[in-house]
Amino acid sequence: MIEIKDLKKSFGELQVLKGIDLTVNNGEVLSVIGSSGSGKSTLLYCINALEPIDSGSILVDSISVHDKATDVNKLRQKIGMVFQQFNMFPHLTAQENVALAPRKVKKMSKKDAMDLAARQLEHVGLGEKVDSYPSALSGGQQQRVAIARALAMEPSYMLFDEATSALDPELVGEVEDTMRMLAKEGMTMILVTHEINFARDVSDRIAFFHQGRMEEINSPDQLINHPASEHTAKFLSNVR
Amino acid sequence: MDYEFLWRPVFQALPQLLKASLVTIEVSILSMAIGLVIALFLFFARDSNVWFARFFANIWIEIARNTPALFQLFFFKFGLGAIGIIIDSYITVVMALAFNTAGYMAETFRGGFKAIPNSQLNSARSLGMTFVQAQCYVVIPQVLRAVWHPMTNQFIWVMLLTSLGMLVGLRELSGETQFLYSKTFRAFEFFAVTALIYYCIAKLMLLLFRLIAWRLFRGQ
Ligand SMILES: Nc1ncnc2c1ncn2[C@@H]1O[C@H](COP(=O)(O)OP(=O)(O)OP(=O)(O)O)[C@@H](O)[C@H]1O
Ligand SMILES: [Mg+2]
Repeated sequence: MIEIKDLKKSFGELQVLKGIDLTVNNGEVLSVIGSSGSGKSTLLYCINALEPIDSGSILVDSISVHDKATDVNKLRQKIGMVFQQFNMFPHLTAQENVALAPRKVKKMSKKDAMDLAARQLEHVGLGEKVDSYPSALSGGQQQRVAIARALAMEPSYMLFDEATSALDPELVGEVEDTMRMLAKEGMTMILVTHEINFARDVSDRIAFFHQGRMEEINSPDQLINHPASEHTAKFLSNVR
Repeated sequence: MDYEFLWRPVFQALPQLLKASLVTIEVSILSMAIGLVIALFLFFARDSNVWFARFFANIWIEIARNTPALFQLFFFKFGLGAIGIIIDSYITVVMALAFNTAGYMAETFRGGFKAIPNSQLNSARSLGMTFVQAQCYVVIPQVLRAVWHPMTNQFIWVMLLTSLGMLVGLRELSGETQFLYSKTFRAFEFFAVTALIYYCIAKLMLLLFRLIAWRLFRGQ
């Protein structure tokens, strides 16, 4: 379970998160939508401690993420993350990309890590591509490798920061399908996305962010068809 | 008055020259290797939030890049000698050239690191890698590729700079040449052949670097 309480975060003078309260239950898929600059990415970065916070707290499985005593490297193994930019390591093949962290962080033997990597790549439908370098893969394939790479650490949570928004339209589907598959398997996920239809299909709840606040959180049907806030309604009418 | 070329003494001395070439190659590799490691530390020091580390790295880089390499060598030889630290000429040359290289490569690394998007580091950290692991396995291999070409040039440059060794009594290729010609007085012949040897070493090194690059960076 991820419990966020009164989270505040600024970059210099600019307050980007202005007191967020949010709980994500195990097995839940939560989508986060909102206009550019509303703090969606920052929220994800705070959850796995890639960004420090000003005040409030984030608990992941009751461990306080920003507590000085917390071993963030250990904590991050629980939390997979996929970014908007294609972040495969360019000097490694797909299989080596996936095997790297299990080897170095979990201290698996090379053989075990490579076997695990092959299985994870198979799982996201890239069994054929184990030996390919990123330069030989499409954006969609690279994002699926990034997903496999995160899954290889056997995380309890997955964070997706607009994993499809840098993709050519015809490649969006394959990555969304992979995310759908994870949702079906019961992975707890937070998806930042601009794809409202995808969010509706896959999520248990959708949160709408506006200027650093969580304006509204509700079931997909309620939030999309009966938005309680005028900001939500306006945002939805703009993106459709 | 005609100068008569006389090559025989040079050819007779070829074994000694080739042996001295090994010293040259050894000193170049050592200074470059040490210089590279220090350059990395200088880069991170300059990037750190400890003011003393930044200050120290900046001073190092400024001096290394803006004073003659010869003076740097003399500093290690005579400067340290003046305060009672006498070191072997071999080590003196390695220290001086490592000092010099570190300054240049720190600057080169800065460009290399800038070329790697921050999201690479974030991805690595999000998988649970420590800062050092992320640097070693993800960022630095990419930086190495980005700086490979300037690094190759720097290596050749260091190899040629080892000839300064003769000024502090190191019998590397130039030192040995000087020693030999002073016995035979065939200065031109000796230095012509030595120049040719330097040229061959440089070409060999370039070839070697290309092979390593081909092996390391294939597929990317
Ligand atoms: N590292 C940073 N330094 C300074 N300002 C930042 C930094 N990261 C984000 N910001 C600012 O914080 C605000 C929120 O950024 P964030 O990336 O969280 O928004 P977002 O909701 O993800 O937007 P988008 O839909 O464009 O991705 C923006 O105004 C952004 O410019
Ligand atoms: Mg964002």
